[in-house]
Amino acid sequence: MLAERPITPATLSRKDLPWQIKWDINTCTKCGRCTSVCPVNAIELGVFRKRDVKPPMGLSAKPTTEFSTFYGIRQRTDPAYACIGCAMCNMVCPNNAIEPSRQYDSTTLQFHNNRGGQPRTRGGRRNSSESLLDQIKFIRISMLTDPALDAGRHEFDVRTLLGRVLSPEAEIKCFRENGWKPPVREIYPLVIGGMSFGALSPNMWEGLQMGVAYLNEEMNMPVRISTGEGGCPPRLLRSRFLKYVILQIASGYFGWDEIIHAIPEMKEDPCAIEIKYGQGAKPGDGGLLMWYKVNKLIAAIRGVPSGVSLPSPPTHQTKYSIEEAVAKMIQSMSMAWGFRVPVYPKISASSTSLAVLNNLVRNPYAAGLAIDGEDGGTGAAYNVSMNHMGHPIASNLRDCYKALCVAGAQNEIPLIAGGGIGKHGNLAANAAALIMLGASMVQVGKYVMQAGAGCLGSEKDRCNVCNIGVCPKGITSQDPRVYRRLDPEKVAERVVDFYLSFDTELRKVIAPLGRSTSLPVGMSDALGISDKDAADRLDIKYVI
Amino acid sequence: MCRLFALTSRDPVSPMRAIDALNVMKEGHDGSGVGLFLSGLGGPWEELKEYPILSGIFTDAGLARMSEYMTKNGFQSKYSATFKPDVEPPVGTPKRGTYASIAFKIPDEWKGMTQAQVDSNLVQMRLDLRAMGEAEGDIMVFSFWPDTIMIKEVGDPMAIAGYLKLDREELYARHILAQGRQNTNYAINLYACHPFFIEGISTMTNGENTAFVPIREYLMSRGVTGYQGYQSDSEVFTHIAHYATKRLGLDISSYKHVITPMNDDEMRDHPDRAFLSDLKRACRKLIIDGPNCVIGCLPDGSMFMAQDRKKLRPGVVGGNPELGIYGFSSEICGLNAAIPDRDRTKDFQPMHLDTAIVGPDCREVLQCSQKDPLRQQL
Ligand code: SF4
Ligand code: SF4
Repeated sequence: MLAERPITPATLSRKDLPWQIKWDINTCTKCGRCTSVCPVNAIELGVFRKRDVKPPMGLSAKPTTEFSTFYGIRQRTDPAYACIGCAMCNMVCPNNAIEPSRQYDSTTLQFHNNRGGQPRTRGGRRNSSESLLDQIKFIRISMLTDPALDAGRHEFDVRTLLGRVLSPEAEIKCFRENGWKPPVREIYPLVIGGMSFGALSPNMWEGLQMGVAYLNEEMNMPVRISTGEGGCPPRLLRSRFLKYVILQIASGYFGWDEIIHAIPEMKEDPCAIEIKYGQGAKPGDGGLLMWYKVNKLIAAIRGVPSGVSLPSPPTHQTKYSIEEAVAKMIQSMSMAWGFRVPVYPKISASSTSLAVLNNLVRNPYAAGLAIDGEDGGTGAAYNVSMNHMGHPIASNLRDCYKALCVAGAQNEIPLIAGGGIGKHGNLAANAAALIMLGASMVQVGKYVMQAGAGCLGSEKDRCNVCNIGVCPKGITSQDPRVYRRLDPEKVAERVVDFYLSFDTELRKVIAPLGRSTSLPVGMSDALGISDKDAADRLDIKYVI
Repeated sequence: MCRLFALTSRDPVSPMRAIDALNVMKEGHDGSGVGLFLSGLGGPWEELKEYPILSGIFTDAGLARMSEYMTKNGFQSKYSATFKPDVEPPVGTPKRGTYASIAFKIPDEWKGMTQAQVDSNLVQMRLDLRAMGEAEGDIMVFSFWPDTIMIKEVGDPMAIAGYLKLDREELYARHILAQGRQNTNYAINLYACHPFFIEGISTMTNGENTAFVPIREYLMSRGVTGYQGYQSDSEVFTHIAHYATKRLGLDISSYKHVITPMNDDEMRDHPDRAFLSDLKRACRKLIIDGPNCVIGCLPDGSMFMAQDRKKLRPGVVGGNPELGIYGFSSEICGLNAAIPDRDRTKDFQPMHLDTAIVGPDCREVLQCSQKDPLRQQL
């Protein structure tokens, strides 16, 4: 660094940065690829000066001083350009001469993430590596009185119902009297949760849609994908693939015009309509699509000018209370499709989730409730929201399921759980645990990005620049120079891969528990945990 | 593993025939208990068809408390068959007191009630007595219903039969369900011993019901008097049979459509597909995964057998229409022992889609497949 470098309150040393660049002068070829690929310009080519004092042998000759310059990589310490640990530099380096490394004791940057009085915003999810779902074990293995089932050979029915299911009495009455039946879809219990067209790059979106179509049409797996707020490309709305899609509407109503206008030309009904009231990663906050990502295409689909930030309000602007909102929105969305499409709200898990559920129990048109826990991901949110707000999914879901049991409406209003499933890669085990705690199906977003497109985000605050449109993998960028890195065909392939393996793993969990012909929703006797308080709270067995 | 044996006959027979059959199948169970359901009673009970019979086990104090309770509710005892063993019980069997079956006259005030109300009141009284007994440990009741006797005890079935003198004439019955073995998954508890009973419907099951907890939660939330207890994971089968027939008004041949619905392929060409897929959807919570063989008896005396979908349990039905006797057994050797003179080629082993039903006339085994059109007009 320059000797005259000013030292101000905001000056940091390299040591203060959580991610530090290790660069090896001996293997570096000075190709410059790393500096050109770095999404946040954390590294730059640097000119270094070196002074060498050469003391000759003997006493007669005087020592000489030599000055030399050499070129290398310099890590910037300005907080605005701090390295995010994405390791793209390493990915492009021909010699592995450079890589970021995490310094856990370097925490000072946290105090400088508010340049210009702007609190930090980022993508990703809660930076916490704990996961209750990972601690849950499946303890009820059929061994003695009954042989366990064979996951590879037995017939399995891994399907679930999305939509209001009538009670047996009501169903029979309805059949006899030929009455109106709420629409119900039989789908695969792992749903791709809402990631909007706008948050995701066109290539990512296309890849996901292709993967879902392939799973449905070639693999006989009725997988569904939610669009997230922000509309849906007009061609998809008018295609037969719409039936695999859950259209989301949120408080900003972005893209909704496009959808309404397409209704008369729709060849198929969408799978369902999801009304987003909240999201686990930023409860009580709306969407934050920032100006960097609002290019012409996004602007056109959302019906807004390009280059402006698009924050959705935290609540539905037109609604006065949750009772009114749930009733009216569900009613009007059902009406738009002639009561042929299930409509359900999505809320962030919170201690008031039960209030929303209570409203749904008495609403004959309510098709389900999606609950998103604190470990959910997002493309953009305030750091404080992500790290500190929200409710864990397991206990929230359990409360809701038990409330339904008391009301006798379990299975009648399907609960869709999300937020941190597969956080550490244990997708099938986490999903199975939630299903046994009472979820009819689960939804994942971040896992899809990580597995389907190689998203670099982690719970160690790695990468997380989804909000500013520079996603090094091209997942959450609207800049064609970046997103062309992502091949939609390859994304589709990965989506199919992880779905098929999820399916096998799920069977490997439920077969030994003796289940095969119906999804073990609420089979809480199968679960155990070595944390007494968690066991009591979730009403599952305490095992150590 | 529980062994199950049921007999249905035109003329009353001794329950010993069923116990003998259990004994033949002994190899498969540990002889830790026995449960008996008797209906279509013969002997002195023939005249008392209208009167609900309370069956259970009482200490002397319990007997007094029970009769006080019955009198308070306006019930008058008409006839009783009580048995107080005077010998030492077999090893492992506790000394309990009096094994009683008492027929009561319903109070006149009940005359104006609907049948459903009467039925539910009878169930409530049984539950009240059970709760009273659980508090003091002096009363155990297994059924309170017309033309029905239930006996349960811990111990080897043969030894218990001798101890309780089960070949008494007053226990002769036309429909008998017998099960050998106490509950092994949970603590030993007479209420956990099969068969289970509610409002004239009784079933027994072997195997393990892996879907027990969600089904139990679902049944308990239905608000039906009597859907409680669940000391055993098999009790839900009785209640599902009750729910399907009494609450939903379905025929017993539809029971299997509730507990083990067909998959989409099987349902594709079914003439009642629309109804069946609705039913599957609505009753999804009641789907069992087995492995189980369910044998049951209905209020009209029909008996049935159904299997889980994977058919991981054997089970056979056979009998002699001339003699008017049929047996339902979890092993073929049990059937051979109980009804040796029958045409064995006519034995029927229900497979994963079948329900075997023998009507009260005991003339034939009705073989219903889930693929058949529904027998019932909807
Ligand atoms: S790890 Fe990523 S942010 Fe850090 S220097 Fe390398 S490319 Fe830049
Ligand atoms: S790789 Fe892209 S999507 Fe993943 S955390 Fe980084 S910026 Fe976000």
